[in-house]
Amino acid sequence: MADNPENIEIKPGDFAPLDKQAGPDKEKIAAPSLTFGQDVWRRLKSNKTAFTSFIVLVLLFLMAFGGQALYHHDPNAQSPKYANLPPKIPGVNIHGLNGHINQSGKDVDAYAQAGASSKVHYVLGTDYLGRDLFARIMYGTRISLEIALIATLIDLTIGVGFGILSGWKGGRVDLFMQRIIEILSSVPSLVVMVLMATAFQKTGMASIIAALALINWTTMARLTRAQTLQLKNQDFILAARTLGESAPKIAWKHLLPNLSSVIIIQTMFTIPNAIFFEAFLSYIGIGISSPQASLGTLISDGQKNFQFLPYQMWYPAIVLIILMLAFNLLGDGMRDAFDPKSKR
Amino acid sequence: MRKYLLKRIFYLFLTLFIVATVTFFLMKLMPGTPLQNEAKLTASEKASILAQYGLDKPVWLQYFIYIGGIFKGSLGLSFQFSDQAVSYLIGSRMGPSMQLGGQALLVGVVLGIILGAIGAIRKDTWADRVATILSILGIAVPSFVLAILLQYYLGLKLGLFPVAGWSGFSYTILPTLALAASPLAETARFIRTDMVDVLSSDYIELAKAKGLSKFGIVYHHALRNSLIPMVTLIGPLAAALMTGSMVVENIFSVPGIGEQFVKSILVNDYPTIMGVTIFYSALLCLLLLLTDIIYGIIDPRIRLSGNGD
Repeated sequence: MADNPENIEIKPGDFAPLDKQAGPDKEKIAAPSLTFGQDVWRRLKSNKTAFTSFIVLVLLFLMAFGGQALYHHDPNAQSPKYANLPPKIPGVNIHGLNGHINQSGKDVDAYAQAGASSKVHYVLGTDYLGRDLFARIMYGTRISLEIALIATLIDLTIGVGFGILSGWKGGRVDLFMQRIIEILSSVPSLVVMVLMATAFQKTGMASIIAALALINWTTMARLTRAQTLQLKNQDFILAARTLGESAPKIAWKHLLPNLSSVIIIQTMFTIPNAIFFEAFLSYIGIGISSPQASLGTLISDGQKNFQFLPYQMWYPAIVLIILMLAFNLLGDGMRDAFDPKSKR
Repeated sequence: MRKYLLKRIFYLFLTLFIVATVTFFLMKLMPGTPLQNEAKLTASEKASILAQYGLDKPVWLQYFIYIGGIFKGSLGLSFQFSDQAVSYLIGSRMGPSMQLGGQALLVGVVLGIILGAIGAIRKDTWADRVATILSILGIAVPSFVLAILLQYYLGLKLGLFPVAGWSGFSYTILPTLALAASPLAETARFIRTDMVDVLSSDYIELAKAKGLSKFGIVYHHALRNSLIPMVTLIGPLAAALMTGSMVVENIFSVPGIGEQFVKSILVNDYPTIMGVTIFYSALLCLLLLLTDIIYGIIDPRIRLSGNGD
């Protein structure tokens, strides 16, 4: 029988040496080699949640920074005649989007009541001063993002600089710098922000940015210091030192690229934090003041009418929640993408 | 251990001293006085009011009086409520804040542990996904939005709980829920990450090999080991609760410290702002110190040493 192993007959001609040249080269790398960035990008793309968040963020940024070019409504133009109108999208007949509201149990066309012509329509309605809510949300999102991004950039610069210096110098300098961080981080960050916002005359973007920047950098500094401590004892740093490279150059050319993943991941969590605190400060009334608007002030304005015109708070709140969600989920994804070994 | 403690307590006082100093001088830079209707007052009336608050003295003397007062437990007089000492104001409002904070911490941490444990045990199933979504939402939905929604839908529309005020346990439920969201989310995320790690370790394999029940493994081996690092969350959670209490107490009109703080900010009541700032910092510092001590006791691998790390 053929499948009985004992009956197999092997003839001398059955085996022949392979031609060395013709066979596939086992040492050849078939796939193109990926840089670190490409590798991260590939891992990020395969993470559906993170990638969706990325797309959502791109869309929100486009809306916030480019939306005004397409939607020509002044976010600050008041028309008291059309105050508190509900959302109306022409051609859509869903309650909540058709310009009707419930008034003491009856369905009323608020636009007809305000004497608006049939051409007048506000996609997300108007606020108590008759300002276009959609335009205001776009504007508010832009202000919120601007504050968060600038504050994060400052955080990043201070935090990374402080961390590298502290880790690199070591010894007494390090000890002293660590004490500063310790003291700063044992003060509730909110209290510091409130103090700064109050001290800088309460209003305006600059004061909030300063307040956010002053407190949020400590985590970044701590992380970069820990990494720097690890890196500085490695051979490539030793090689650079032996070759006579100056310290700033080593920091810039050798430390920073190796710190980049830590920095990027931490940044992804600093931004939503900044967005939250800005909204918080604006909500309690010591942040952005009118006519400027941010998501926090829009929510706080909308809250006053929430019982009767819930859309005035819901829409800015939804934008804020989506923004926070997307940044947090993207941050999680980035952490996995940059460091696949990290536990999760 | 003793050397370490002494050192930590020294840094605690240093921190509070710096906070008090910075706050004092920041507040001195600000416009505004305790005088109401300034234009109507005569010069001598103004002088007597300023003298009552000690504002007639040079700034450096005011500073020393203020710092000296702190050691005696005095934080100055409130501008808003004339004649009321700030320390009395804080003391009388501490009860509601502490109760809310404690309840929120309890609810948030217990639910968070359950959610996190479910996520870790049923990793990569629908249960894990639901738990993850809930905990992410807890971080993404700001406490003030959640508070307003709870107040309107559970309080006003369904009439399940009182909408606002402070007279009985039922009044604490909605603010507690609003405050608990953020500790819940933090705890759930933390426990899940940690337990996933623990569940893949060798002694869990051994417990499985011994034939222990799934519950026995999770309860006796996994959860206990995951709970130890949770001690480090005390500080961040307390800070989050302070942040949350400022808006949540305001929305539900709870007569707590957070509500007073926001009011004082809006009416420029500097002595109260300073007092609450110092109080919050002291509370957080103490909690952080306590965290380290507890951590050193329950986890013998951590050695508290006198020299910096």
